[in-house]
Amino acid sequence: MSKLVSNIKEAIKLTGLKDGMTISFHHHLRNGDMVAVMVLDAICELGIKDLNVNISSVFDTHAPFIEYIRDGVVTGIETDYMGGVVGRAVSEGIMNKPVTFRTHGGRPSDIIRGASPIDVAFIAAPTSDCMGNCTGKTGKSACGSLGYAFADAMYASKTVVITDNLVEYPLVDYSIAENYVDYVVAVEKIGEPSGIVSGTTKITKDPVGLVIADYAARAIDASGLLVDGFSFQTGAGGASLAAAKYLKDIMLKKNVKGSYGLGGITSYMVDMLQCGCFKALYDVQCFDLGAVESIRTNPYHMEVTAAHYASPTAKSSAVDSLDVVILGATEIDTDFNVNVHTDSNGYIMGGSGGHSDTAAGAKMSMIVAPLSRARLPIVVDKVLCKSTPGNTVDVLVTQRGLAVNPLRNDLKDRFKDAGLPVYDIHELKEMAEKLNGVPHKPQLGDKVVANVLYRDGSLLDQIRAVK
Amino acid sequence: MIKQKATAGTLESSDIFVEIAPAEAGAGISLDLTSVVYQQFGPEIEAVIYDTLKELGVADAALTVKDRGAVDCTIRARIETAVCRGKGEE
Repeated sequence: MSKLVSNIKEAIKLTGLKDGMTISFHHHLRNGDMVAVMVLDAICELGIKDLNVNISSVFDTHAPFIEYIRDGVVTGIETDYMGGVVGRAVSEGIMNKPVTFRTHGGRPSDIIRGASPIDVAFIAAPTSDCMGNCTGKTGKSACGSLGYAFADAMYASKTVVITDNLVEYPLVDYSIAENYVDYVVAVEKIGEPSGIVSGTTKITKDPVGLVIADYAARAIDASGLLVDGFSFQTGAGGASLAAAKYLKDIMLKKNVKGSYGLGGITSYMVDMLQCGCFKALYDVQCFDLGAVESIRTNPYHMEVTAAHYASPTAKSSAVDSLDVVILGATEIDTDFNVNVHTDSNGYIMGGSGGHSDTAAGAKMSMIVAPLSRARLPIVVDKVLCKSTPGNTVDVLVTQRGLAVNPLRNDLKDRFKDAGLPVYDIHELKEMAEKLNGVPHKPQLGDKVVANVLYRDGSLLDQIRAVK
Repeated sequence: MIKQKATAGTLESSDIFVEIAPAEAGAGISLDLTSVVYQQFGPEIEAVIYDTLKELGVADAALTVKDRGAVDCTIRARIETAVCRGKGEE
């Protein structure tokens, strides 16, 4: 038998894709991804329309989606994250049907339990053999882990692998196995390398960011969790990475042997692995070239599926054993609810990703953010969008001090004993308002443009159109 | 009075870029303001701009202002600098 098909259009025909069906994509090629638009171009040429697109993240490179929405080719979007370009169009009300936002754990959970079935999954694969054994670790478009793509490949009715590096059968060290793959298409190019991974992920030089990072690392040290077996996840934002660097210094000084680092992996986490801060890395997505190189060569740097990473309906997932996670926020309210979906004017420019999964799983979840950004205080009375519920958020760290969720007075006492500046979250809000003034609430429209689902599938919040 | 076109500030986050140009006597102040925080602080920003111009004795001028989330003291400082430069007092 042969699974090789000469082009994407032929493969789509073979899958039997029809109007009204659901197709899926994963986002490991990040802002360099060419596959989603390539497939939609072919779908459009075939005259298929009214499609529901389930894509683990929408990046700005997916701007052509906007035209396909206008033309009725795409009528539904389900995603975990949406960048500002498509987000703006959605916020302005371009879609009739609201976008469904899930989390990185909720998405595979819903796919696996049948709550969001996929008709045809398209897997962008940096290397594949002719039967569809494929990996992201090698090839000119190498992206490292393919963690988010597993549920799609395994549970879609039909799975098409699209690669720009077709190799001889059998591919050694595959990620997704041939038994899930129906068709394989070789194309010239699946992604723009500069957009797939950054060359180097840089630590912030911003003094405000460094103070925040220092407080965050010291808070982790004081939390009582920084002992042998410690597990940790951090974001790729400037202050989060700087916190990881400070944390590494503390771990080496105190000779703490951690168990695992989790999440989207950067070369800073790789560095911590190599220094012996962790026994292993669990990697659902690589952010830079150092991470890609490491996952390819170091057996202790392991690829995990999105379900293993964060699914709330898995028998267990890696977030369940997590000690500390460092996360960002566009807003946090006085009940510790966090917004990572919209900006302060209500425009969609993000999404949960693994935010609420890790916040729920970790023993201590920390939000790192400056007290204000461009005159807007980080602490508000009520977030414009509840992305992560406040009862799973433990600590806010700003350059002026920390605020601890009243549910976690145990941490508050530890931080105070360590000499960290601890305030009530209302005090941090007042500090920011004294400097900036009290902002008026932006006026939003009535139309619901997105439903935000919590990781268990329940409706957490709704995002309204911008007027 | 404002004798010449002048600018102050930058388009960096938390700064404000001010461009001031002469206007005929009696023309008053014309203000073209854009701000990333207009919804949150629009009236406050306008008030600070008008107040600062009044304090500096500027009655007639055309201003184009691009705000990137500057706080009041920054707005005042940029307006004052632009006015000084516009008056040729640098």
